[in-house]
Order: sequence, then C-alpha cells, then structure tokens
Amino acid sequence: MIKPESLLRPTPAGLYCPPGDFYIDPTRPVDRAVVTHGHSDHARSGHGAVLATPETLAIMAERYGADFAAATEAAPYGRTVRRDEVEVTLVPAGHVLGSAQAVVQWKGLTMVVSGDYKRRRDPTCPPFEPVPCDVFITEATFGLPVFRHPPDSGEIARLLRSVAQFPERSHLVGAYALGKAQRVICLLREAGWDKTIYVHGTLERLNRLYQDHGIDLGPLAPATVATKQDFAGAIVIGPPSALQDRWSRRFPDPVQAFASGWMQVRARARQRGTELPLVISDHADWDELTATVDELRPGELWITHGREEALARWAQLHGIQARALALVGYDDDEEDG
Amino acid sequence: MRAFAELLDRLSLTASRNAKLTLVRDYLRETPDPDRGWALAALTGDLTFDAAKPAFIRKAVEERMDPLLFRWSHDYVGDLAETVALVWPARPGANREPELSEVIDALRGATRAEVQRLIEGWLDAMQPTGRWALLKLMTGGLRVGVSSRLAKQAAADLGGVAINEVEEVWHALHPPYEDLFAWLEGRSDRPRPDSPGRFRPTMLAQAIDEAVDFGKLDPADYGAEWKWDGIRVQAVNEEGIRRLYTRNGDDISKTFPDVLEVLDFEGALDGELLVMGDDGVASFGDLQQRLNRKTVDAKLMARHPAGIRAYDLLAEAGEDTRTLSFRERRVRLEAFVGRLATPRIDLSPLQPFETWAELAALRAAPPPGDPQIAEGLMLKRWDSIYEAGRPKGPWFKWKRDPFLIDAVLMYAQRGHGKRSSFYSDYTFGVWTEVEGKRALTPVGKAYFGFTDEELKQIDKFVRDNTLERFGPVRSVKAEPHFGLVFEVAFEGLQRSTRHKSGVAMRFPRIHRIRWDKPAGEADELDTLERMLEQMEGR
Repeated sequence: MIKPESLLRPTPAGLYCPPGDFYIDPTRPVDRAVVTHGHSDHARSGHGAVLATPETLAIMAERYGADFAAATEAAPYGRTVRRDEVEVTLVPAGHVLGSAQAVVQWKGLTMVVSGDYKRRRDPTCPPFEPVPCDVFITEATFGLPVFRHPPDSGEIARLLRSVAQFPERSHLVGAYALGKAQRVICLLREAGWDKTIYVHGTLERLNRLYQDHGIDLGPLAPATVATKQDFAGAIVIGPPSALQDRWSRRFPDPVQAFASGWMQVRARARQRGTELPLVISDHADWDELTATVDELRPGELWITHGREEALARWAQLHGIQARALALVGYDDDEEDG
Repeated sequence: MRAFAELLDRLSLTASRNAKLTLVRDYLRETPDPDRGWALAALTGDLTFDAAKPAFIRKAVEERMDPLLFRWSHDYVGDLAETVALVWPARPGANREPELSEVIDALRGATRAEVQRLIEGWLDAMQPTGRWALLKLMTGGLRVGVSSRLAKQAAADLGGVAINEVEEVWHALHPPYEDLFAWLEGRSDRPRPDSPGRFRPTMLAQAIDEAVDFGKLDPADYGAEWKWDGIRVQAVNEEGIRRLYTRNGDDISKTFPDVLEVLDFEGALDGELLVMGDDGVASFGDLQQRLNRKTVDAKLMARHPAGIRAYDLLAEAGEDTRTLSFRERRVRLEAFVGRLATPRIDLSPLQPFETWAELAALRAAPPPGDPQIAEGLMLKRWDSIYEAGRPKGPWFKWKRDPFLIDAVLMYAQRGHGKRSSFYSDYTFGVWTEVEGKRALTPVGKAYFGFTDEELKQIDKFVRDNTLERFGPVRSVKAEPHFGLVFEVAFEGLQRSTRHKSGVAMRFPRIHRIRWDKPAGEADELDTLERMLEQMEGR
C-alpha cells in the first residue's frame, strides 16, 4: 500500500503533490497550482499554471486582472485531468460559486482535498458532492461543537422582521464580498424581498460576475447616490470592514447586521458592535463536519486549518485516525465565514 | 418561549434606549397573555428563579458529551449558559418547544429533582437561542441591559399612557399582569392603585435657567432647601407593610433592612437616603457601598448606617396628602417627623431667604457641615401640589456649579449604535510625575457634552493622531507640545483604588473643547488632590 504522504504532503507553501508536481491552494507563488475556490487566501496571483473550475478562473481574473497566472486550464466539475502520473478531478464543494474539492488519484489511492465547503443548500452554487476516499483532507474553520448554524431562512426572517420593526432606520448587512454577499441577496429574494438592495462599491464587479453566470440577484443599486432619507427602511450590503468605517455614516441611524458563522458567539457580535448578528456561513458547521466525516468514513482524516484539535479529538473518539496539518496562511478571521 | 428568547437576544445587543423600547413594546403587543406578563415580570425583576445552579448545568452537559470537547468550547465562548445553549446535544424524540407560561407553571409544582429533569427536557426541545434564554432565566440573571423602568415604559407605550400611571398601580399588580394589559388595551378600567404599601410616582424638578427664570419668579412664592447628595427614596409603612422604593418605584427594601426597621409610622415619606455617620452625612461614595446588594451583613450596616432625610409627606394614616399645598404638607411633615423617636429619620431643613441674591450667596458658599456636600438647592412653590413627573414651574433644582479641570485626551473608543463609526468615548488624563518624568495619568472617561459637529471634529483628530489600536480603542498622541485638551466638568471626586491616579470623578462630561490650549498647560494631578482634600475637609 502506498503511503498517502507520497501523494500529498504539507509544505510551507501548502499541500504539495510530488508525483503530479503541483500544489493545492498554494499560499506563495509556485509553478503549478490547483485552486479550489476564489477566496483570496486560497486563490493567489503569480503562479505559473493554474488549474481550476471555469468559474474560479473567472473570479481570479476579475480580482487580479486577466494576467493573474502565466497559464490557466479550466476543468469543469467532473472532468478528470491528468497531471504527470496523477489524475485530478474537481467536484462541487458547495462553498461559493465555482468552489471545488480536488479529488487526487494515483496508483489506486484516492485523496480528497475539500477546500472550504458546506453541506447545506446555497442558491448560488451546486451542492457538496461526497466522494469516497482513502484520505479526506478537511477544513475545520468551525470545528468546535459550539458552531451549529441555524437554518438560513430563519436568519433572513429575523433581518426582515427587524426591517419591519424599525422602518425609519436602514439595515446595513456586513457580508464577505465573494459568495456571502450574493447568497444573502438570493436568500432575501427567496424570502420575498423584491425592493432594490443597495450595495457598497466593492461588491459591484463580483455581483455582475454572478449575474453573468446566470444567478438572478434582482434590482441592485450603488449605496452612494441617494440622500440620507432614501435609505430609511432599506437593506444595504457592504463588506464587513466598511460597516465600521466612515462609509456607514451616510445611513440614517443604521442597524448593524453581520452575516457570518462567527456571529454564533455573542461576545464576537458585541465586540464588533453588531446589533443584529445573522448566523449565515459558507463553511460547514460542527454538525456538518462530523456528519461528513461519518458519511465518508475515510481511512484517514487530515485537517488543514481552523480548530483542528477538536475535530481530531472527535474523529479519534469515533475510531477514525486523524491528523492536524496546521497549514498556515488560510484566513481564520471573521471577514470570511 | 421562542419569541421571548428572540426578544432577549435582540435586547442583549441593542444599545439605544428607543430601540429597546420598540423591541419590548412590540413583543408585548404581539404576544398573548399570560406569556407576555411573565416576560414583563422577568424584565422588571419581579420574577426570578434559582432553579438551576451552574454546577448542575455543567454536569448535565458533561453526561452527554466528551468533557474535553465541552471544556474547549467553554474556554472559547466564555459564558457557561451560552456554551451549554450552543453545544447541547439534544436527544431525539424531544417534545415541542414550551411556552414561557408552561415553563413557569411546571416549575411551580416541581420538586428540586423534577426541576432538573424538566430543564433537560426543555433544552432538548429548544433551539440555541431558546436554550440560552431558558438558562439565563433559570440561573436568575437576565442581564440584557433593560431596567425595570424601561420595561414599564414599554408597557405604558403599548397603552399610550404616561409611565406614572403604570408605576402607581404597579405594586398592586401581580404577574402575569392580565389586568394591566386589559387596561392598557382599553378592555377594562384602570386597576385600583390603593393597596397598602404601594409606590407613589415621584415628583421631580426642572433645572432652573438662571438667565430666564429668576426674572419671572417671586422669591416669596418659593421655599428653598438643600438638594442632598444621596438617592431619592420613598419610605412607606401602611397597615404593617413596610417598603423602601427608589424614585423609579424599584423596591429596595431588602437592601436596607436597617432603614425599614425605623419606619415606625403610618404613612408615606419622600426623602433622601443617606449614610448618616456620627459626624453628619457621609459622602455618596459611602452610600455606594450599600447600593445594588441583594443581601447585607450587620458589619456593613454598622460601618455605613443608612437613614432618611425627609423632604415631603405623601400620605398619613390612610389620608392622601399629595393634593395639599407644599406649605400645608410641610407643616404636617414637621409634626410627623417630630413625633418619630429615631435619629435615623430627620428633616431636611428649609433655608430662609428674602431675595434671589441672598440664595445665590448661600449656594455659592454653603455653611460648614452637611451642606458642604449638597448637590445644590431646591426651590419649591408654596402653593404647589405633589404632582407625578417633572412639571414645569412648581419645583426647580439649582445645582452648584460643577468643578472644572483641563485634561488631555489619551484614548478614544468607538461608540455604539448611531455612534458606532465614531470614536466617541474619551479617556482623559492630567499631568503627574512618573519616575522623575512628567507624564499623563488617566483620571476619567466621558462620552457626552459635545455637539454632533464637535464629535466629527474630535473623531477626525483621533483618526489623524492614532498611536496604537486595541480592538475598538485607539491611543491618541498626547505630549506636552501636542494633544487635545478638554475642559472637563464633574460633580465631585472620590478616592479610588481601582484607578491608577487614585481619584475617581463623579458624572464627568466634556464642558468645552480647548483646541487653542497647549496640552502641556493642562492641569496637574496635584490640582485634583487639592480639590479632594477640600471636599473631605469640609
């Protein structure tokens, strides 16, 4: 039996595959990279060749410019691509538009690198596809039993209830620019909010990209032109950093909301001055992480980043060999969650 | 219970008073009896449990999950109730979520052992927010930043009545207050407030506008007395029911058993609660030692004996005296207090005067003794009745001028709600010697006293001159040749071991912003020391 470390091994630049000579989500420039999704901590510019889904390549081009890598190769979901001796297949991870797990196969050994993922429905991307494997390499951003994300429809209902309750105020929703913002917009549409949603300038290009990929976001407008009074009763979406900046002063007595898995913990909400925490996350929560491991029952579980020790402990208690890789460079802060 | 949990969740993160009122009022409007009444009782502090001790909750959860995973979770979250609410591994086949009234009914008839089983069953049936609310309720401490007065104000808003009307009937009512809601919703008459031992809504004074009011007022129409620096209370003994209330109607009888003991009369007094030592009235700092305690021990009572300095008589032997004039009430009060055997209830003496100038001189230079620490003077119209609220005209307060110092801005913190994008809470300091060098030491913190326009300017100054950031706090450049000077007004000083400077200010606020003044010319800590000695040496 081949050792898994012969196929994938942690290095300072990220997970490296010697027989295929490529890195997965490298944190520094490399010759050959496989990129699971477009968040900036996983998708960096300056690589020689990048293999990713067409959607992820489009997102990288939008963020870094068309010349973000010397060469690119688009691999749609399910199409197997050869890299030297190794076969790589990208399958949906359910995290954001274009997000994929990398299924890496070599000499009868299958290893799955989950990238970031979640198991619940997301109107902006296809759902996570479980792939049986010898080694499952998972994230653990929310790898503590306290993180149990409620149904997102309930969170959106709380937001709309607050809008009805405080019609004279505007509601500012902090949401990560790639994925979360568009998902929140789609969820609002599904809940029947058909009014114009105002967006911070930094979201506009990615919103357009989502719309170009057939995701209907409904009427949007920049949150810049209107007078103060126009924003009363409005929902405004901006990146989390803008909410605490001077940008937010143009809105009448805003209710500060924040859509993030971190909002599960009250102290986090309080620290940010968030009045209306919305627990909406693009990562798997504790129940999803453990259910996924239980469903796949891999021979080994590797944990890339997040709260590795708790998930490793859980796996060991359930008879699964687990190993924390402690990869660095993947943001574990509240901007993305 | 879900709606109540949602309410507590929102309240715990809402800073603005108006927003809190909206949240509570909407909840009371949309929730049926008796749930809303129990919720109101929980918010006003009239319903508390200690059904579950933290140790029990910890044990219950550790029986269901790996203790190490629980410990890591607890370490991460900090708060026990919140951790348990989030991690609780529900057993399948749970019942539906209970309503608040079901929880309360069940707890009433249950033994201690049954209570624990009940709580576990409820935790199984609920969502995290519901569990958190239940555990907060069971462990006896909501701590969601709502005062009993705010909850009553929300109830009053629901019915479109003045809060005084709610306060006056409050102590005749019992949870779940169905008669209160019937009245507020216009379905029945107002409940009768005349139960013995009840609270009577307090009459409050307007601040006098020296430039305008004195020109219009005749000194002969007003009596004057000191405004004592304690807390305003109402002391009642009717048909054997003894109560001590704050001016908002909060019952503080349990905190002051020594005061309750000396209420040997039949009636209701309005007065100032003070710590009364052998050599006169003690400072507010001494009284603070006694406030906000659920239980008191004999030692504390002996060290800080409390008493009442009487201002007014609201009821005597079953007669409501509030409709009498102040002059008549005052005569009755003097006789009433004169008949009491205890030295722990005395009379707030009237200050005779002929002209406003004479009174101004008294205010500027209070005679030695107790008046030295009075907050100022009160003016009361001789012909005025005792009227709840803050009517304009019959009563005025004329506070002493505040103390002023010049201090330098050292740290700024982001505000809340409307002010969350502004650095609006300021820590300021004065100069002192530290290891032979002149350095600033913080002496207080203030977050009001400036206009919106000034706030913008200070915010810009903070952003432009930030040295370091610590979460929501920034340290600001403050050197002898560069810094922002505030003229800070405050009501008094106390010695403090908690503050590095050794002094703490009472009620500090920004009086003026001295853009013109070099930071090096701000005050020294010695100045505050001298002020303190003066206050103590009265």
